[in-house]
Amino acid sequence: MKSKRFEVLAKRPVNQETYIKSWPEYGLIAVGSPSDPAPSITIEGGKIIEIDGRHQNDFDLIDCFIAAHAIDLETAGRAMATPSVDIARMLVDINIPRSEIIALISGCTPAKLVEIIQQMNVLEMMMGLAKMRARKSPANQAHVTNRKEHPALLAADAAEAALRGFSEIETTIAVTRYAPLNALAILVGSQTAQGGVLTQCAVEEATNLRLGFKGLTTYSETLSVYGTEKTFVDGDDTPWSKAFLGAAYASRGVKTRTTSGTGAAALMGHSEGKSMLYLEARCLLVTRGAGSQGTQNGSISCIALPGSLPGGFRSVLAENLIASMLGLEVASGNDAVSSHSEMRKSAKLMLQFIPGTDFITSGYGAIPRYDNMFGGGNFDVSEMDDWYVIQRDMQVDGGIVPVQEKEVLKVREKAVLALQAVFQKLQFPPIDDSEVSAAISAYNSQDIPDRDRVADIDAAQELLAGPLSVLDVIKALQESGYHEIAGNILELQRQRVVGDYLQPAAIFDENFKVKSVLTQPNDYQGPGTGYRVEGERWDRLQNLPQAWDPQTFRMEMDGEGAADWFEEQGPAQPGQNREIIIAVDPAFGSGITKSIGNLNLHDVILALKAGVQDEGVPVRIVRVFHTSDCAFIGHAGAQLSGSGIAIGIQSKGTTVIHQRDLAPLENLELFPQAPNLDLDIYRRIGRNAALYAIGKPVVPVSVKIDNTVRLRLIVQTTLLQCRATQMVVPDRPPEELRLRGRI
Amino acid sequence: MSDHDTLSHSGRRLDELTIEDVLGGRLSSEDFRISAETLRRQAQAALDAGYRQVAENLLRASELTRLSNEDVLNIYDKLRPGRTTYPEMKAIAAYLESDCDAPLTAAFIREAAEVYLRRGIVKMDAK
Repeated sequence: MKSKRFEVLAKRPVNQETYIKSWPEYGLIAVGSPSDPAPSITIEGGKIIEIDGRHQNDFDLIDCFIAAHAIDLETAGRAMATPSVDIARMLVDINIPRSEIIALISGCTPAKLVEIIQQMNVLEMMMGLAKMRARKSPANQAHVTNRKEHPALLAADAAEAALRGFSEIETTIAVTRYAPLNALAILVGSQTAQGGVLTQCAVEEATNLRLGFKGLTTYSETLSVYGTEKTFVDGDDTPWSKAFLGAAYASRGVKTRTTSGTGAAALMGHSEGKSMLYLEARCLLVTRGAGSQGTQNGSISCIALPGSLPGGFRSVLAENLIASMLGLEVASGNDAVSSHSEMRKSAKLMLQFIPGTDFITSGYGAIPRYDNMFGGGNFDVSEMDDWYVIQRDMQVDGGIVPVQEKEVLKVREKAVLALQAVFQKLQFPPIDDSEVSAAISAYNSQDIPDRDRVADIDAAQELLAGPLSVLDVIKALQESGYHEIAGNILELQRQRVVGDYLQPAAIFDENFKVKSVLTQPNDYQGPGTGYRVEGERWDRLQNLPQAWDPQTFRMEMDGEGAADWFEEQGPAQPGQNREIIIAVDPAFGSGITKSIGNLNLHDVILALKAGVQDEGVPVRIVRVFHTSDCAFIGHAGAQLSGSGIAIGIQSKGTTVIHQRDLAPLENLELFPQAPNLDLDIYRRIGRNAALYAIGKPVVPVSVKIDNTVRLRLIVQTTLLQCRATQMVVPDRPPEELRLRGRI
Repeated sequence: MSDHDTLSHSGRRLDELTIEDVLGGRLSSEDFRISAETLRRQAQAALDAGYRQVAENLLRASELTRLSNEDVLNIYDKLRPGRTTYPEMKAIAAYLESDCDAPLTAAFIREAAEVYLRRGIVKMDAK
């Protein structure tokens, strides 16, 4: 037999993914492979001669590098002798500052780092990450790319991303030879909206370095490091070549971070049977040894591989935490697609989003997924509002701010026009006006005309190989009247001379002030300390364009006043005949004229009345003043009704059929989901009330069920109910009402 | 770090790096390069804050300011696996030390040469 339920479950997005049991021999294990070594270190004559059970004679490239550069000898003895569980507890102990832990961790071997983490659950790791993050304030990074490598669209998208508050923007290419133009486009675009946003173009190292030399980029995170010797060599680098490259970038005033992540070695077939987290700990010590200011880690493009394994996402959080324990800036993944399931993807995100990291994503797709050339797009531009709302829900700073459509259009236009001017001055293939207007309003690159790609590539190569540099770009902008953009790009070049942003976790604030671990170190030590979402920042985060002022809703109601379809007849008297009383709340037709389902209340009353009369029963209408509660309105009506049966109805449309001898909160039938009620249903409610009165069998009225109604309309319901409640007059008895006009 | 005494690689003060002089063609890319001295000061700042390895990297960077872009790219390429023989690596180190006043980077490359040799990732001599 097959279960229909399992059939549905099998089709769920979460089941489009692959889940496997661990297989340590092939490195398919998140943490704790039987081949992972136990922590140890031996120091002789001021030199490390053994790490994690491996003697120096057997050191591979990575061991050699870690022994020579990554571990502080004077701390190693104390660090390795401290029980791992004690260090784990220090990580979550608010009384122990970050700096004290950083100092102790500087003496740890890779296996020791893993052993510390193994004492912790994800909640403790998140707590540790909140404390160990390098920079006090979290930030975020954007991806800006498109399939056509269209420079105008890149500039517009970079401007929009900068306006949304991303501190770094990276682009990449499908065809390497485009790189200089892509770098130029996002530089001009980003600096149009916000001076000081850092930019990079992810390409092969030699080209990347040349872009830095030209002043077209200000950071680089392409420096991959690996956890085993074979993967490192397959990656065509060594720890020394990568470290040299890091120094080379710094020598030209370019910020760099390395990149690594769990799963890479297993994917490349060279895991040596070690767990993903152990190998990542080695990567991170290489990163530290190389003196990189930070790392992009969190499995990155391999995320689905740890994701297939038990404890996989936990180990991804663990690698972020280890990096921060080593004093590194962390750009914490969440860039490549981590799940088909929105629920699983969001749950994964929360591990970094709630504690906050230096860059919560190492690339949020600020463009549609269709145009994401990083093969990524875990989140994209269509999910921006989700991100904003979650920030607002939790009062958490996810690194970006809500924006208004008209501001976005303005910066996109300015960026594209500025780039058009630069292309004209530098005699690059022109950006024509149709491209400009398409780029301003485009959703993705399908909305923009094709360009002459051969000509663009020629221009890009001329920019890279010829004498042109960022100074020519500044000049072109200034001469074309784009003084502010020229000024921002010039200031970026001056900041390359100053070099303060080469320090760990550096970004610029909106006034070109560096926020780094030197100028703004994370000082979190529990409640009331560290970064707090408050003041002006909290105002910005909560100010969603789609959030409205409830007072305007009230003001519109106030404008409506009393309807003219009824008149008051004096205090209602108890009835003697077989009749139905329709009891309404204090605001019905008198301050509120439409139900939450947008029905005219006059029509509602007529429908109820017609239903009662269908069964030949007379109707009286009374207004209850002493309460706005549906049950009590119905109950009050029933006390006056000659038959003992009444219909109670609130202005928002919620309805009850009540009977005199029932307790107030009991009823014959209740219709709580007012938005689902239509005039036909009201008429059937009236008919049923009449049937109760004349003692005939009654089939309860069935209504459609829509479980999202409350979600959509609870605010409006609340506002209507507040209005009705405000009109309550506690001591006033029910008033008889007469309908005017048509009966 | 205070800006008033920061000089660029070419010896320009920050307040000389103006838009007017960019427009007038009086500034070149060299004027917007960070200087060896500034990188040494950044290294000291990193060290003072407890970031020894960051400091060492910035000191190597400080030395590399004295190399041309092409030299930097060439040496990087020669440090990649299997590109260079052991004697060539030693020669690069000697060049860095004697011609470029870059002893830290030279020592770094000598250290790499020994490890590369032992791990068999130097380029094998043709003979």
